[in-house]
Amino acid sequence: MASKTLAIKPQKRTFGQWATSRDGQKVFVMIAFMVIPLLLLFTFTYLPFAEMFGFSFYNMKYIGARKFVGLKNYVKVFQRDDCFGALKLSLYYMAGSVVQLALSLYLATVLSFKVKGGSIFKGFMFFPYLINGIAIGFIFKFFYTRGFVFDTVLQWCGFELDNLPYWLKDQSINNFSLVGTSVWRYFGQNMVLFIGAIMSVDGELYEAAMLDGANRFQQFKYIILPSIKTIITLNVILSITGSLSAFEPPYVITSGANGTGTYFVIMHEIAHTQQKVGLAAAMAIVLLMIIFVATILQKLFFKYVFKSADDEDLNATLKRDKKLAKMAARKAGK
Amino acid sequence: MTILQKICKYLLVFLKYFSLVFFSFVAVLPVVSCAITAFKTDTEYQRTNVMVLPESWLNFDNFVQAFQKANMARAFMNSVIILVCVLVVSVFVGTQLAYVLNRFKFPGNNLIRNLFLFATLLPGVAMQVSVYEIMTNLNFVNSLFGYIVMMCGTDVISIYIYIQFFENISVSLDESAIVDGASYFTIFYKILLPLLKPAIVTSCILKGVGTYNEYYSANLYLQDKKKLPTVATSLYTFVGPLGSKYNLICAGVIISLLPALILFITCQKQIYSGLTSGAVKG
Repeated sequence: MASKTLAIKPQKRTFGQWATSRDGQKVFVMIAFMVIPLLLLFTFTYLPFAEMFGFSFYNMKYIGARKFVGLKNYVKVFQRDDCFGALKLSLYYMAGSVVQLALSLYLATVLSFKVKGGSIFKGFMFFPYLINGIAIGFIFKFFYTRGFVFDTVLQWCGFELDNLPYWLKDQSINNFSLVGTSVWRYFGQNMVLFIGAIMSVDGELYEAAMLDGANRFQQFKYIILPSIKTIITLNVILSITGSLSAFEPPYVITSGANGTGTYFVIMHEIAHTQQKVGLAAAMAIVLLMIIFVATILQKLFFKYVFKSADDEDLNATLKRDKKLAKMAARKAGK
Repeated sequence: MTILQKICKYLLVFLKYFSLVFFSFVAVLPVVSCAITAFKTDTEYQRTNVMVLPESWLNFDNFVQAFQKANMARAFMNSVIILVCVLVVSVFVGTQLAYVLNRFKFPGNNLIRNLFLFATLLPGVAMQVSVYEIMTNLNFVNSLFGYIVMMCGTDVISIYIYIQFFENISVSLDESAIVDGASYFTIFYKILLPLLKPAIVTSCILKGVGTYNEYYSANLYLQDKKKLPTVATSLYTFVGPLGSKYNLICAGVIISLLPALILFITCQKQIYSGLTSGAVKG
């Protein structure tokens, strides 16, 4: 490591004057330790961010001449059917994330109490989260193929194959199929997060509640729900922004065909296949703006909601903001 | 307890286990059906329904073929190289940054924290539109080194795990070392870094799974699929002419998720606690 070799220098230089050496060393350590991460952050986050803003005013490809076109790209984003219209698909993903949150909350509650084989169930449900995206693409292409896994299972349940739709081709159903895969992938992970939150609740509360004769549902409503509402809120916020930027399921399973192209799938196509970088950059900026506005509005909304609750002080709000960003990082990492 | 209450209670227990079994089944079914098909020969695959069990569970032909066709030996090698480099670099970079941000008060400390936080709000796919331009300019496209550098740069979550962990390590430890005349580098490497081990394990698992599974940027920046496949992108071999040979594809898929499965079985506890410690405790 570069910093290790650098370390010798200030020691030699500063042994004489104790007071100044500490300060000098401090500055030196700070620079040595922060220069790489900040450089990386700048190169791969803020520089591209600034560049993208610039690109959005040009008619350009990655290589070759660029032409300044002003706001034309932005106008196009709103005019072209395939661009802005694709945001409608987010509604499917929002619906999916509501189902996902409810489901994982239910399962987390069940698994937080004594259950036989609990860790096995938990493991089964969590594992999909660890599978790589492209493998998921193949798994579900296979899963939904006519007469294959899903159809077979439905036939076991008494459905006729002739009455079943083509899960990935039929435009009335294929977005639900895709949302299903995303729920399948993440409900276990959400569940583990919720279990963690529920476990951090003081166990004595349950005992006290039991003594008072509260049943499971009452325990859930009056103990669990209030103490994990912060993390639920976070997940709600994240799921809305996540739905706006839904990308993976259509990208790996249908490549956006048959009306499954979400906003980002189309943006990816425009940027990397059609090489209309300017337009794609404008699309990205527009969606970023929408996400920011949505995030701020939701934060204000929840702040307002929580203001009435007595256990939320300023500190907790700050903490929530931090957590929000952290969870966002996790989602982005996916 | 009346009979009605008893019935109610048993019904609830039944519902509880039914839902658990049902959703576990849903979670496992797609993968298991894939595994079933992976063991079938070509004729068997064409004749039998996908949910019919294979004749022999020892038919590894598909795995061997998939492994060779998708050049997976090379892919695993590349993935391991990427994984090791990214993990080593991000452990050092992340812990160092967290150390400075947590232990030193200086103007701009909060600004830097906020810069990292804000970066998390930018959706990755959108950023790649212009990151691609930068990668092209740096000559990082189709270069393993460039890809590794980029993967190290998108690491925010572990920094937060580290900062959180530093908050729980008493500052008096640093102070006593300073009194003993240790330099900041010694304090960091000799005293604090060993204490950080649990946090490092946690963040390595999370980051490792993410890096191993990353296929979007791998696909974008490691375009030379012959020389630079990763495990995730090597599966692209099966797009196209091989696209309907699902017994082969499924074998490839199963191979690709074996490492994750092994890691999951061995480090289940750390994975769970890593996920929750990052998100729950604040």
